[in-house]
Amino acid sequence: MFRRRLSVLVATAALAMGTAACGGGTSSSGGGLGASAKPAGYAMTQATNIPASPTLDAIKSRGKIVIGTKFDQPLFGLKNPVTGNIDGFDAELSRLLAKRVLGDDKKIDFVETVSKNREDFIEQGKVDAVIATYTINDARKQRVGFAGPYYLAGQDIMVKKDNTTIKSVTDLNGKKVSSVQGSTSEQNIKSKAPQAQVLLFDTYTTAGEALRDGRVDAESTDNVILLGLVDKNPDAFKLVGAPFTQEPYGIGLKKADTVFRNFVNDTLAEAEKNGDWQKAYAATAGKVDPKPPTPPAIDRY
Amino acid sequence: MGVVFGHLSDYASGFWYTVALTLASFLVSLLVGIVIATMRISPAAPARAAGLFYVETVRNTPLLVLLFLFFFGLTKVGLAYSIFVSGVIVIGAYHGAFVAEALRSGVGAVSKGQAEAARSIGLTFSQSLRYVVLPQAFRTVVPPIGNIFIALTKNTSLITVIAGVDLTSAADRLNTTYAQAIPIFFGAAVAYLILTIPSGLAFGWIERKVAIAR
Repeated sequence: MFRRRLSVLVATAALAMGTAACGGGTSSSGGGLGASAKPAGYAMTQATNIPASPTLDAIKSRGKIVIGTKFDQPLFGLKNPVTGNIDGFDAELSRLLAKRVLGDDKKIDFVETVSKNREDFIEQGKVDAVIATYTINDARKQRVGFAGPYYLAGQDIMVKKDNTTIKSVTDLNGKKVSSVQGSTSEQNIKSKAPQAQVLLFDTYTTAGEALRDGRVDAESTDNVILLGLVDKNPDAFKLVGAPFTQEPYGIGLKKADTVFRNFVNDTLAEAEKNGDWQKAYAATAGKVDPKPPTPPAIDRY
Repeated sequence: MGVVFGHLSDYASGFWYTVALTLASFLVSLLVGIVIATMRISPAAPARAAGLFYVETVRNTPLLVLLFLFFFGLTKVGLAYSIFVSGVIVIGAYHGAFVAEALRSGVGAVSKGQAEAARSIGLTFSQSLRYVVLPQAFRTVVPPIGNIFIALTKNTSLITVIAGVDLTSAADRLNTTYAQAIPIFFGAAVAYLILTIPSGLAFGWIERKVAIAR
């Protein structure tokens, strides 16, 4: 009796360990073949003189840089289900930063950050920086510091392919719109279309599901995020194409660490000068948005 | 704490949404629980099997997963319920499994002689349940059901993931704007206590009312 029970226990434990071993980890390093091609090679080199700062010292002693990024954002931060790598423009900028600090774009740990927890992760030191379609605004500057901006997006509206009634943000009055908790998108909708009813979900993909199911009439957030969703579902969605805000994307860092902020700004300036920024964009978001934009002016404050 | 007192109306609207969701879900969970418990103690084997199947699958699936499946999954087969109705159905059905088990244990606490005596004076199975067994079982189940009610009250906060505007979601939205998590969520916790502590006291009062004088 006891032996039979023991053998069942052992079998269950072996099965559990076997399935756990099959599962992948949450972090990933660069390299590998994925759906999006990697640029041939970046010109960025390791900085010869890395200043002392709490974040930079921590990165050097750890030997890896920890970057918070989105895992479900096509074109910017998307976890490739086949390779386990994070593909996208934000991920490429992260790799450029890793190259600058540690000399190797593989010495990087990606952590998933959603719109809601970006400030908390930075404040708690769970990540060294956040590069996750992170709009710079004054409210956030109270809690975190920003390097950049590295890209200028605008908030736009996505509707079902056959929708003809919604042409601009004011058409959203009296309609239901979905967006994501913890993002700036909700306030922008409310200020431009006060009679719109906003439903907030936890990720952009679930907000898109709500649109697909007809629970809402539109989804509204930054146009690049919507572009990625449209790209994945070209038969279901379309972009209205009338951006009504300007969203500067920045790199979130610890507010007090101004040395690190200057370092990241310098890295960004270098990448924009030597063509790495353009290469990274063309390999990721540039595939869907063929007009390569010019990088915005860096705001050093 | 100023941010809390300056936005009491936000808290209030979330609070009443939570109250409505809690009461509606609790009603559904009681109905579901009675039906499933009856099935589990029924003399018919298929009914017992179906009841067991329901309890084991629903009880062991996380409520969050059930909410997602119901809200996003059912639309693929053409059924779409509003956020509030989806919450009531799923939260009610989920806690119904726990209520069923509590009721079943209460019925088990009633001595077998009662059921036998009821059958011997000619009452049918459902009549004996209704007039003899359940009234006595009721006494034992008041504390566990009170527990389930309090757990249900707190579980209603999961409605935020399907865009419900309850108390937790109200606090979350405030936090997005003001980024002062500690006073904002402390206020939400106090609001939940305003709901749960009187419920606990009410269930205690019911328990004393139906207790047998010893």
